Parts: sequence; C-alpha cells; structure tokens
Amino acid sequence: MKRIYSILVENRSGVLCKVAGLFWRRCFNIDSIVVGETDDKAVSSMIIVSNGDQRTLEQIEKQLNKKLDVIKVKTFNENESLNRELLLIKIRYNRSNRRDIMENCEIMGAKIVDMSKGQMTIQMCDTPERIQIFMGTLRSVSIVEIARSGVVAMTKCNE
Amino acid sequence: MIKRVLNGADALVRSLEEEHVEYVFGYPGVAICPFFNSILNSDIKTVLVRQEQCAAHAASGYTRVSGKPGVVAVTSGPGATNLITGIATAFADSIPLVCITGQVDSRLMGSDVFQEADISGACESFVKFSYIVRQASDIPRIVKEAFHIASTGRKGPVLIDIPHDVQMDRVSGFAYPVGVNLRTYKPTVEGHPVQIKRVMRELARAKRPIICVGGGVHLSDAAEEVRRFAEAHDIPVVSTMMGLSAFPTDHPLFYGMVGNNGQKYGNRAMNEADMIIMVGARVADRSISQPDLITENKVLAHIDVDPAEIGKNAGPSIPLVGDIKHIFREFNERELEVDYSDWLDWLDGCKDDVLNAESKKRAEIQEERKLQGAREYVDPRTFIRKLSLKMDKDAVYVADVGQNQIWSCANAVMRHGRFLTSGGMGTMGYAVPAAMGAKISAPSRQVVAVCGEGGFQMTMQELSTIVQYEVPVKIVVLRNNVLGMVRQHQHFVYHDRFSVTDLSPTPDLDKLSEAYHIGYMRLETNEGMEECLERFLEKDETTLLEVMIDPDDLC
Repeated sequence: MKRIYSILVENRSGVLCKVAGLFWRRCFNIDSIVVGETDDKAVSSMIIVSNGDQRTLEQIEKQLNKKLDVIKVKTFNENESLNRELLLIKIRYNRSNRRDIMENCEIMGAKIVDMSKGQMTIQMCDTPERIQIFMGTLRSVSIVEIARSGVVAMTKCNE
Repeated sequence: MIKRVLNGADALVRSLEEEHVEYVFGYPGVAICPFFNSILNSDIKTVLVRQEQCAAHAASGYTRVSGKPGVVAVTSGPGATNLITGIATAFADSIPLVCITGQVDSRLMGSDVFQEADISGACESFVKFSYIVRQASDIPRIVKEAFHIASTGRKGPVLIDIPHDVQMDRVSGFAYPVGVNLRTYKPTVEGHPVQIKRVMRELARAKRPIICVGGGVHLSDAAEEVRRFAEAHDIPVVSTMMGLSAFPTDHPLFYGMVGNNGQKYGNRAMNEADMIIMVGARVADRSISQPDLITENKVLAHIDVDPAEIGKNAGPSIPLVGDIKHIFREFNERELEVDYSDWLDWLDGCKDDVLNAESKKRAEIQEERKLQGAREYVDPRTFIRKLSLKMDKDAVYVADVGQNQIWSCANAVMRHGRFLTSGGMGTMGYAVPAAMGAKISAPSRQVVAVCGEGGFQMTMQELSTIVQYEVPVKIVVLRNNVLGMVRQHQHFVYHDRFSVTDLSPTPDLDKLSEAYHIGYMRLETNEGMEECLERFLEKDETTLLEVMIDPDDLC
C-alpha cells in the first residue's frame, strides 16, 4: 500500500538526515522524498512517499510525530491528493525519429526545453503515472540523462 | 570580590545549578575543560569515573533512584564515543539523562581534526533529542529544554554537544528561562476520559483480567497508584523485567515476571486472561514473544505515554495514551463492582503446580549430581532469595546481565526496594556503575550489585571510583568461570559446542579486592549461607562477595 506523508519540519541543519535516518533505522521504505522551503523561512516541507502494510504505515506517522524537529504530519493516499512530479530527460535524436518524439511530447503535454544538433531535453510535469507512460514512448530512443524530482503532493480542495 | 566575566561554560554550570543538579558524572579532556574549570566555582559535585560508559550507567542508577535526570559530561572524540553504549542503554529503558560532550572548536568541525567525532550524528537513533550548541548565548535555553525533554513524556537521554570555543565565548549576563517554548513537543499527560471509561466497562465485563506492569510504572512514579487499584478490585498483577519491584513480589496478587525468561505461571496467567491491561510496557520480544496471541480472544488495554508504543507490536482494543500516575488516579476514583475470586483461585493453583514441578525437577537434578559425586556449589536461586530477604526493606538491588539477571528476576524478593537492571539493551557491566550511582543518590539506602564475572570484568575499574568517593556498595560476583548465559544458549541450540565462552582463569577476586582496599568474602557451598550474608550486609562498607556456582547450572 502506498501512502504520502506531507511533513512540516523545523528548517534546521540535520533535519533531513534525522528524518531519513528514522526511515532507514526502522526499515521503512522511501519511494521518493522532496524537500523545500515554505513561505515561512523557519519551516521546511517534506513530501515522502512510502509503502508498506497498515501497521508499518501507522508506525511511520507515529514515529515521525515523535521527532522533535517535526512540526506536523499529514498523511493521505494517492487518490486523495494531487500528485505531481517533474521530469527532465535528455535524449539523442536523429532525422528519422524527431517527428515521432515531438508528436509524443505534444500528446502527453511534455515540452522541449533545450536542443542541440543531436540532443534535446524534454521537460514534463505531471502525475507519476503519466510520466511513466511518456517514458514508455521513449523506449526506442537513446537516453543520455534522466532527472526526476520525486512526488510533490497536496490534498484536494474541500467542497 | 572581582566580578568575573561569564563565558559559555559558566553559563552551562549556572544552568545546571538552576536545574538543581547535585552531581555530574564524567571524565575530562581538553574539549570539555572549560566546563570542568567553571564547575570548580559551583557546589555541584563531580564524580570522575574510570571509563566514560560508566558515567552514563552511574547517572542512570542515580536517576532511577532519585527520580531526577542524571547528568554526564565527557570530552570530545573517544570520550564521547565511549559514552555511546551508556546512552543507548538509557534510551532502551527510557532513563532521563542529560549528556554533555565537549567538541572541537566550531571552526574546525567537519575537518577530522584530533579527537573530533560526530557524536550527535552517531547517537541520533538512541537519543530523544540532541543539540549542537552554536552560540554561547543559547546555552541557558538549550539546557532548560534538554531537562524538560529528558524528564517528561517518554523519558530518555538528551545530548548537548558543545564546541570548545563556544564554552570559552563571553556571554553578556545570565538569565535562565522560566518555561520552554517547544511547538513540536507536547506530551500527553491526562488519559482520554472516553478510553478510561472503556477500560472500566471492559473490566466490569471481564472474568479473568490481569495487569502487566512495565518500566513505565517506575518512570511515572505510579507504583502506589497501580497497587491501590489492583488491591481495591483484587486484580492479579504480572510484571515485565523492567517493571519488577513496581509491585511487591511477595504480594498475594503478584504472579511473577512474564516473558521468555519469566516464570511459567506468569506466562500462563497472561495466556489464560481474557483482559490484559498493559501498563507502561513495550510488548517487546523478550516479554511477549508472540504479540498476536495476546490480542486473540482477549481485550488488550494498552496504557503508555508514548503513542508510538501502542499498536507497534500488538494492536490493542483500547489504546490509552497518557501518564500512568494520572490515569491510575482516574481509575481509582471510578466505581467498579467486580469479583475475580475464581480466577485468583485458578492462578494460585497454577502457581503451586508450576513451583512444585520445578522444585521437584531441581531436586532430581541435584540428587543425580550428588550420585555422580560432582562438586558441591552454591545454588544461585536459594542464594538470591536469601540475599534479597536479608537486605533492608528499601534496599536497591542492581542485577547485571546474563544468568545472574534471570536468577535475580525470578528469585529476588522485592517489597519496598528498587530492582534495577539493563532490560532493553541488556548491557553487561551495568550493575557496578549503576549501583554506585544509586548509592550516591541515596547514601542511607543499602545498594547491592549482583553480577557474573563476565559483566563484572567489563566495568570493574569502577571499584577505584567507588573507593575514591567512598561509595559503600555491596558487590556479589556469581562465579562460574564461564559466560553462563551464552554458554547455556550454546548448550541448548548448538548441542554443547561451546565457543568463546570460557573465562578461566578468572582473576583472584580476593587479591583484586585487596588491591582496591575493599572487603572480600567468599561462599563455596550453601553451607553457612545465612551467616555469610549477615556478615556481608552488616556494615555499610564496600564488600565483594564471591559466590561459587556450577557452570552447568541453567537458568
């Protein structure tokens, strides 16, 4: 079972290490982790995607709450939230596959953000599933480099 | 008098004074020297241990008897890393300590200079919280917070790492904060009324309830409240290792220690019960080997100050978060009409059966050994029972780790005294330094450490500290020339392929005692045990009693 933890932490040195260390020590999984500042300089936001059985997922939340650097833990399932991931992918292209790649980008809403004679970099910001689909269309292309951000997530607006 | 300019180290000492610290257990080095320099201006007493780990154990013993957080101060690098086992031991048993470590100058931190160790990084997973002090002006706030964090909620060790230059930096005046302002830390104290009501309702319905007390009962100073509740409704009580002495072991409602090292009748009581009230116990593997079983066809009410412990190993029917003392005060105020006399009768029968079977079996073994013409030894069970009965009523019994600990848990009769041991971490060598700390906190109480010669030799250098500071603790060494607990494991699991468990020749403990100028006695067989114990306990002075036991004796 997948679960998303949206965590507000004190913006102090070593906090990321402490939170990541907690997952490591207690054998919890981290699928992805994204850390950034919030509007309050003293507070950072961490979005961690994890998976495990019910008891593990509950323990993760409880153990996070025990950390004195953790201000607040919000946890939700994928279907309760908007989930976005950023992909940057640098590929090699040639005359024969250029059109296909550009068409696929257009269909999936990806954008070509950099280009040279034989390489292009594509940017896509979407759900992890759609990013996976788009990556699938590039299977026959030679990939130079991939950077994926991990998931940022937020619960859907209330009624 | 010339008014001295205050530096960070002075502020640190002043802060400890504000916390009414009486003793600092430690070991100096250059990086913590400013602190040990400032402490000369204070009434706070220092105890120089002989190895840093023992400073933490001594502080742990001190804390567990006095109820006040123990304070440790050591230097950077190896001083700090030596402390780690002591901190981890305290963390596993939720013992509140404030551990101060010196650190190299802040401008050098991270460059691997002489005696630099990332101690806060190394200790991260077994401290409740840690600080690296960056500015001397932060010291009063940090100390205030550290004591608050260590001694509230689920207690535990807090580390303060202070670079040498921060200790030397000037501070402009000293003002100790009145309160703490921690937005991320608000432990629950009062139990939720709805959950308390549910426990009462289930108790009224239950036919065979049992209370299992853990170390949390000591930590919350709730032994009195729990006893009152159990007595008021005749509810039987069992204990985990850490909970021992929270309930008098000779009390008619007490049915022993549970767990794989506990009494059979205690475990059977837990299995037969239809309602278990777990109080300040972690439901860890040594006390409950199959957590799923204690929730099967049973109501499990789990009371703990740490919400993360509830449901970690067993899913409770009634989770109840809060301070045990407060919760049991609430319990005691509620009406409850119950009669569990059938259940108590059954338990008494079960206890008698088990005890009879065990003593019969032991008699057979002894008979057999006699026939074989085997050498006679002291029976550790009889010895420990008699020792504990001869000890003062409020005495402190400190068991080390190993067979001696298991025998102690099963046989020591504890009434109003305290039973201390390293339960969570099982740290060998805990007993001698912890007993020293306990005696320092309560000089009028009798303190006895019981160890095997394995654990004793891990920290026996503290005899020197004991003599230097005139801390008259009693030390029993159960000697069998082997690492008994592991050897026993090798007997059962590895079919007597004994590997690396032979300690012989054990040093001559009489000569060792002579070297440290402490008293020495020896007991070879059960004969003369009474008189030996009387002499051993008679005077308030440090005495080592060597007790010869059979290496093949199993606990």
